[in-house]
Amino acid sequence: MTSTTAARSPKRRFRFQGRYLLLIPLLLMTIFYLLPLYIMLVTGFKSFAEVSLQTMWNLPGGFSLENYIAAFEKLAPHLKNSLMMVIPAAIISSMVGSVNGFVLARWRFPGSNLVLPLLLFGMFIPYQSILIPLAVFMKNIGLAGSIPGLILVHVIYGIPITTLTFYGYYMTVPKELVEAARIDGAGMFGAYRHIFLPVSAPAFVVVIIWQFTSAWNDFLFAVILTGNENWPVTVALQNMAGSQIIAWNVQMAGSFLAAVPTLLVYIFLGRYFLRGLMAGALKG
Amino acid sequence: MITENASLKPAARRRLNLGKYAGFFLVLPSIIAVGIFVYGFIAWSVRVSLSQWKGLTPDYTFVGLKNYINLFSDPRFMVDIRNTVIFTLVFVLGSLTIGLTLAILLDQHLPGEAFFRSLFLFPMAISFIVTGVVWRWMLNPAITADRLSGFNLLFHNLGLDFLINQWHLTPIWGIAAVALAAIWQMSGYTMALYLGGLRAVPDELREAARVDGASELQVYRRIILPMLWPVTLSAVIILGHISLKVFDLIIAVAGKQLPLDVPAIYMWQTTFDGLFYGRGASIGILLLISVAVLIIPYLYYSLRSGGES
Repeated sequence: MTSTTAARSPKRRFRFQGRYLLLIPLLLMTIFYLLPLYIMLVTGFKSFAEVSLQTMWNLPGGFSLENYIAAFEKLAPHLKNSLMMVIPAAIISSMVGSVNGFVLARWRFPGSNLVLPLLLFGMFIPYQSILIPLAVFMKNIGLAGSIPGLILVHVIYGIPITTLTFYGYYMTVPKELVEAARIDGAGMFGAYRHIFLPVSAPAFVVVIIWQFTSAWNDFLFAVILTGNENWPVTVALQNMAGSQIIAWNVQMAGSFLAAVPTLLVYIFLGRYFLRGLMAGALKG
Repeated sequence: MITENASLKPAARRRLNLGKYAGFFLVLPSIIAVGIFVYGFIAWSVRVSLSQWKGLTPDYTFVGLKNYINLFSDPRFMVDIRNTVIFTLVFVLGSLTIGLTLAILLDQHLPGEAFFRSLFLFPMAISFIVTGVVWRWMLNPAITADRLSGFNLLFHNLGLDFLINQWHLTPIWGIAAVALAAIWQMSGYTMALYLGGLRAVPDELREAARVDGASELQVYRRIILPMLWPVTLSAVIILGHISLKVFDLIIAVAGKQLPLDVPAIYMWQTTFDGLFYGRGASIGILLLISVAVLIIPYLYYSLRSGGES
């Protein structure tokens, strides 16, 4: 025992020192990851006079809010659209996912094993393959161009991922607990309300964050299904960036504004966000 | 355990039979919704893709595979395929390399580990549109000395002038510059996948190898990396299907430029700007087929190995 420790200690000391060199690549990567954020923030704080592409990496001379104000004036209605769309979409999605996950994991029916894979396929399809029918259908039912229409679409195409997340979570609830409740005469709703719902908070957080982020960041559905005044912020930002009239520094400030809500969610609830991501990887 | 279950059965079964399908009715709305919005719409798209629909009014006159055949002699679609291949290779290989490297570095229990982990992941929270708008300016391809900006300016200031290039305006390989932005966004996610895999390697296994005299490098090469194959497979499939669908990132970096065209952009433009619905649908279906080739075996194996418990 003593001899092993003695033999290993020089090696361990070597490893100990060498390890810190590994911080160098990590710090270099840190710079790489922060560059776009740096450009967004710094450009936003420059005054109109100060902004030039040739000095884009320089720090601002002072804290001017001109760019942010200009960007906010342009984007405010669309930020509001995004919020109005994302909040209901995330809440409804999580409720649907919870019920589905409960049934498929712990209140199965003959054939229920087939349901999950059939639902999950919907998570991966390229939406280009359903876009034309979707646009026609939404128009036919009178929801094209509207925020409720977009909510519906996010809820439906969110079914696979939300179901999967809750399914995975509810699989950790012991089967025996459900069996016991059944013996005691609990029905499906009783079991859901008294056994599953009370322990579901973490899964709800994961799913709400996930749906909030993906609906907020969506561009494809929004650009096809909404008209100018109902544009969420991604479409408005892209439009702003595409126009020649709006200065690039305002675009940068606008990008930052569009990123703030999801960034905040990530900063404060990142742990859960990560868990949501992992669900997307199935068993990865 | 077994006897216990057997004794439960008669009582439990009576209830089960009563409400055997109760769960089904609870899931039914979702089954119907996905049935219509996924499977029904795919079938509908297939039908459009086999039709000559062009213009505002639907026209389902059957033309067989004409739209598909035309695509394969369409120079624009050939550019799309080339761009998708380049984008996928650069994006997937880049994300895997960076992701794995970062995960191994973070696995060394260095100070600040949690900070680095969150930092590398934050781009995941941002939309491709925001990423694209910012990268558009960082990739600004102006190369004359007085107009240098973005990365080119940064390289110039650091004395790395040989790195100055045209980025996304480079002929043929321009799409690789856009893939850089995608790597920025998704390599942290790849890192998280690998880190999960590394953390699942039992410590005893590493210790045992070290006691047997394996160097740290050997421990990784011989023991840990082979154990990460399933993670790599998942990552390739997830990243691969993202890159086949790539759309908003390219739109935000470069708009709709022909040299940087991909199937998703062609589909959008030809359908909603050009009103060639038949052609648009066939691009959508081709995309679906290419994704399905990746996804169906993946779903099959991951659900089969983890479904029952």
